[in-house]
Amino acid sequence: MDLSYNAEELAFRDEVRAFLKDKLPQDLADKVKKSQRLSKNDYMTWHRILFDQGWITPGWPVEYGGTGWTAIQKHIFDEEASAAGAPRVQPFGVNLVGPVICHFGSEEHKQRFLPKIRSGEEFWCQGFSEPGAGSDLASLKTRAVLDGDEWVVNGQKTWTTLGHYADWIFCLVRTDPDVKNQEGISFLLIDMKTPGVTVRPIVTLAGDHVVNEVFLEDVRVPAGNLVGELNRGWDYAKFLLSNERTGIAGIGASKADLEHLKDMARLERKNGKPLIDDPLFQARLAQLEIDLMALELTNMRVLVEEQERGSPGPISSLLKIRGSEIQQRLAEMKMDAVGPYATPFILEAVDADWNGEPVGPDYAAACARSYFDRRKTSIYGGSNEIQKNIITKAILGL
Amino acid sequence: MDFSYSEEQTLIANSLRKLLDDTYAQDQRQRYLESDLGYSADNWRQYAELGLLSVPFAEEVGGFGGSSVDVLVLQTEFGRRLALEPFVSTVVLGGGAVRLAASAEQQAEILPAVIAGECRLAAALGEPQARFDLNDVETTARADGGGWVLNGAKAVVMGGDTADKLVVSARTGGAATEREGLSLFLVDADAAGVSRRGYRLIDGRGAAEVTLDNVTVDGAALLGEPGAAWPVIEHVADLGNAALCAEAVGAMEMVNELTLDYLKMRQQFGRPIGRFQVLQHRMVDLVMEYENARSIALLAAMEADNPDVTTRARAVSAAKVYVAGAGRKMGQWSIQMHGGIGMTDEYMLGHYAKRLNVGEQTLGDVDHHLARFGAIAAAA
Repeated sequence: MDLSYNAEELAFRDEVRAFLKDKLPQDLADKVKKSQRLSKNDYMTWHRILFDQGWITPGWPVEYGGTGWTAIQKHIFDEEASAAGAPRVQPFGVNLVGPVICHFGSEEHKQRFLPKIRSGEEFWCQGFSEPGAGSDLASLKTRAVLDGDEWVVNGQKTWTTLGHYADWIFCLVRTDPDVKNQEGISFLLIDMKTPGVTVRPIVTLAGDHVVNEVFLEDVRVPAGNLVGELNRGWDYAKFLLSNERTGIAGIGASKADLEHLKDMARLERKNGKPLIDDPLFQARLAQLEIDLMALELTNMRVLVEEQERGSPGPISSLLKIRGSEIQQRLAEMKMDAVGPYATPFILEAVDADWNGEPVGPDYAAACARSYFDRRKTSIYGGSNEIQKNIITKAILGL
Repeated sequence: MDFSYSEEQTLIANSLRKLLDDTYAQDQRQRYLESDLGYSADNWRQYAELGLLSVPFAEEVGGFGGSSVDVLVLQTEFGRRLALEPFVSTVVLGGGAVRLAASAEQQAEILPAVIAGECRLAAALGEPQARFDLNDVETTARADGGGWVLNGAKAVVMGGDTADKLVVSARTGGAATEREGLSLFLVDADAAGVSRRGYRLIDGRGAAEVTLDNVTVDGAALLGEPGAAWPVIEHVADLGNAALCAEAVGAMEMVNELTLDYLKMRQQFGRPIGRFQVLQHRMVDLVMEYENARSIALLAAMEADNPDVTTRARAVSAAKVYVAGAGRKMGQWSIQMHGGIGMTDEYMLGHYAKRLNVGEQTLGDVDHHLARFGAIAAAA
């Protein structure tokens, strides 16, 4: 038993640190650390820096641009990038549709789509959820009917993250309505500029526009945009969702967040002393840090197993559940840390170019908003209840 | 990074598991509990023969020269079967104090008998007024000629009912609750002036209240320098907590095994109760608590031998907080999921819950270690 990184892993960590020190723009890191709103340009700036380094798609097979990193190296990269304040790489192209195309796409798909996912030239979004198909994703109703050499698509997708930035959307569509739900679904790539595609914003409870509704009305899609085999889309979706859950515990980001919370608790005062020295607050903080430590170690156990056996398996669902809970508790404690200054709400205060006078400390404006925004973490990527159903079947055999 | 046992550790774990499978069936265990001794003298002898009682001790005194990870390997197996022998009190706590505090001569004098299974130790560190603060020591040791005279009372001394010798903390200087001025003495359990009120803990293991009334010991009974025992006391408690966490993880493993089996077997409303989602999700919670408890117990074992007190305390107190919290929840939830049968003495589940409970309340509870960890975390 040995819980430390080996020499190669330590050398890799040094390489990552040097890269981050050299290449991560300071203004971008500051925005991330202050929980300010990031623009498409912010995300793509970082995307291109990673692309230039050859590090944008670590999870892909090497022949398509993967880095060949081990599971632990990927973890080291995530942890270091989070600690340095790098923005999250938007996953839709890189982590979600990219691997599906690598594994199930045609040669033509690979040549047409993969290079532009890597370069960031084309931005992707995900067309899975529908108004009537959330946790019961397989009940989705968006229809695709073949007309000559084109699919004609009608339906509605929702919760489409950053759909308003996207050039392409990968959709699950129903291509056979007469069989079991899971057996009549196909995986279709749709150009967002196609006539009949309409994007409408959904403003979430913290005042942000991140997610959208996407309406599809008689959208004509070339038949060749169907990935893999007809009616096998559900298999590809499961493959994609298991990739989505890898790393979803967000350990690196939560560790960075914990440090930020501690910094705040040192600045905030209670009874004339730093809040961090208040016994009640300190105990809550300690419990949170301990829970994160335990999860981090479990995550490492899973990574080592993944490295030895090739796949993380259903235990990644456990990581998703606890990881999302910890992300939420961190936001909760940040909100509690700023006390009454959690409540003033100035919509623009989290914009980087806002020059107004903050109400209370400058880190307070984002706290309550993050608290509400983080409620999503136990809902997206398969709600935590769905994750428990997965574990029930796959691990417990109940 | 490697979370697996070494080949040697796997061998030891397997042979101990086999021994316990053969000797710890429920009715056998019940007989040990009902005996005056409260455990199996035969097993204790076999542990000695297998070399298990030598694990953390130096090779110079006949020990195995092992680590707290080796102790974890054994403790996990003991926890799985709810073994009753005084391994923690003798090898981890009493033995830990001797190997960390005593001179080479003293160790050579004391430890071979411990390793041979002929001398059981107990660490008499806590006091009635002290809760879990081992620096809160009112027991005194007064120099008398070349020896010492001890007076005071020690509380809930695990293994103290059957121990042959006691490692006693006493104040040779400093004021109550000060860390300076504490000393450790090795005292014969049947020495004149030592009285023991032995009893069983809620999980069936033995313990004692110990009173010291003008107990005289010679100069060789002092372990280490007078007045300088605090770092050893703190370290011994960390060793003990790492071992208790490992034992708890073994017990948790069985709690989950029993509960999952029950969900599959018990029929209500015409189907196994494991088909009900409310119980499925609670079972997932049990698995999650177990996996995280195991992870952090490994960390505690890895760091328990670290001489750097901050690193060690951070790991061990974190593990104690997590494992004790998880153990309490798991005990409560698993009994609830079993319903009435979980309330019976005849069914093993309750015995696991009680073992977890004793671990929680020994050498510092959740609040104690949350405060200890919190102070380190706030300063970092």
